[in-house]
Amino acid sequence: MAEIHNYTMNFGPQHPASHGVLRLVLELDGEIVERIDPHIGLLHRGTEKLAESKPYNHSIGYMDRLDYVSMMCNEHAYVRAIEQLLEIEPPPRAQYLRVMFDEVTRILNHLLWLGAHALDIGAMTVFLYAFREREDLMDCYEATTGARMHATYYRPGGVYRDLPESMPRYQPSRFCSKRKARLRNRDREGSLLDFLETFTGRFPGCVDEYETLLTDNRIWKQRTVDIGVVSPERALQLGFTGPMLRGSGIPWDLRRRQPYAVYDAMQFDVPVGTNGDCYDRYLVRIEEMRQSNRIIRQCVEWLRKNPGPVIVADHKIAPPPREEMKHDMEAMIHHFKLFTEGFCLPEGETYAAVEHPKGEFGVYLVSDGANKPYRLKIRAPGFPHLAALDELARGHMLADVVALIGTLDLVFGEVDR
Amino acid sequence: MAASDSWISAEADWLGDRAEIRADRDCPCLMTSAEHVFDILRHLRDAPEYRFEQLIDLAGLDYAEYGQDEWQTEEASAAGFSRAPAAATSARYSFANPHPPVTQNGRFAVAYQLLSLSHNRRIRVVASCASGTWPTLPSVRDLWQCADWYEREAFDLFGIVFEGHPDLRRILTDYGFIGHPLRKDFPLSGHMEVRYDPDLRRVIYQPVTIEPRVTVPKVRRGQDHG
Repeated sequence: MAEIHNYTMNFGPQHPASHGVLRLVLELDGEIVERIDPHIGLLHRGTEKLAESKPYNHSIGYMDRLDYVSMMCNEHAYVRAIEQLLEIEPPPRAQYLRVMFDEVTRILNHLLWLGAHALDIGAMTVFLYAFREREDLMDCYEATTGARMHATYYRPGGVYRDLPESMPRYQPSRFCSKRKARLRNRDREGSLLDFLETFTGRFPGCVDEYETLLTDNRIWKQRTVDIGVVSPERALQLGFTGPMLRGSGIPWDLRRRQPYAVYDAMQFDVPVGTNGDCYDRYLVRIEEMRQSNRIIRQCVEWLRKNPGPVIVADHKIAPPPREEMKHDMEAMIHHFKLFTEGFCLPEGETYAAVEHPKGEFGVYLVSDGANKPYRLKIRAPGFPHLAALDELARGHMLADVVALIGTLDLVFGEVDR
Repeated sequence: MAASDSWISAEADWLGDRAEIRADRDCPCLMTSAEHVFDILRHLRDAPEYRFEQLIDLAGLDYAEYGQDEWQTEEASAAGFSRAPAAATSARYSFANPHPPVTQNGRFAVAYQLLSLSHNRRIRVVASCASGTWPTLPSVRDLWQCADWYEREAFDLFGIVFEGHPDLRRILTDYGFIGHPLRKDFPLSGHMEVRYDPDLRRVIYQPVTIEPRVTVPKVRRGQDHG
């Protein structure tokens, strides 16, 4: 009788379902996964080492590039760590702006996750739908910060600038007729807040659309229900955070339990799953989008009524306004010193965490009193999630590995750092 | 956020003299040694008054250059134009004259960030490594499974050996990488670079062709500065 051995298969690093550069070495028994050894680090750029060689304010841009689909949330953890050591508090308007953009970012992240996850499992349409809404939110990023993705918007002590009074509009061209341009510009007549408000009015309907495509879809359920079940105890052991933990039924959300910025003034619900499988985590993330939408609405309303400064007035930390620099010598010196030498943090250690769309994103900062971090450790939520892939996938079929990679919501910018 | 360490100091008898409590700005911090860290962490996980169910993060630390300036800010100009101190730090690494390796005691440490969901608390435990040929610490993989990859990462980046870890391999760096890149005596540019060689028509490794340089020197100024 022929003897059948386990065989080893290589997956990635260039595979469309690996969401970037993941290499898996799979040991298979027929189609059943016996063991997975993920090889990571193909996108390792040494962010932590680079940050040690630069003044604090030069590294904000690196944070965007960690998890490059939830840019501003990464920045938030980093600037919060600096603010904790400096013992400063940004003005309230800056805090609301941060919360609003954190939630815009959460929707951006979940939309990309939803589209890519569904595409991996074989539902093409959701991807196109998700990118339609992403485009609107990207426009908000661009109108506010000038960049569609890598915004560098949050600064120690506040945010870079206030919201714009107008939205960029489409111009009629060879590719966009006058009528089409007018149609597309319909929501863009007012300010950014008006645009976002119309978006939040429209968005729950969009989520319903995604749900009609997936939630009761027989194929979707066959591919996700009872796949990758994690018990609450195991989820804690494996270091899960965010939707991965809530999917297993533990109602833990830093925005609620350890509120930062102005989350304690926000009304939102924390969805939890019951079975801890891929389908529950899908439902949790879908509901999170609806809740984010609620939070954005509350922020828009507050921001309309409460104008004010968006960054602290201490020019040792935040640059003085351009205009002031033109006639005030001291402002000029502050500007020069801030952008050459930066500012020094008091000696000490701190850990600042935020509820990132993927889980708990933390920054552990050690300062020896200099203008550069002595040590910067980035706690990426995807790192322990990916480490658990071996345990999740054992005993499942090869095709389920793709569903599992999707449910972990991995982005290699943050896993590899 | 004000530091609140009252809950840990209130019942710290079990600690004895095994650890020192420090009140950081975000949460209390226990400073301990390689000898006691495992027992302390196990107690923090299991004791009903603590119940730190989650190991949130594990970070290696290298204190080799702690508090060293790259630029003199107080007394300069009189002696000459340069403000660069004589003792060069890693930022001024030279491939021609590499620094002798630093072997001081207590150079390496590991910071564990713990989170208790039941009590909604955080704590940080910093354990300095036992020194020898390799800095060592006991592995906590049996306490929290997620320590597996975190310890591999600290081994990869700092060369800290975790005793009892079943599979201590490199994780983030390249296959065949030499050295531990987050150590302070490792140059920012690394030692090797990769490029495509059009003559050999393949990718080759070669020593780096860039010299390390300091764009912004590290300075330490007092809080009352300015």
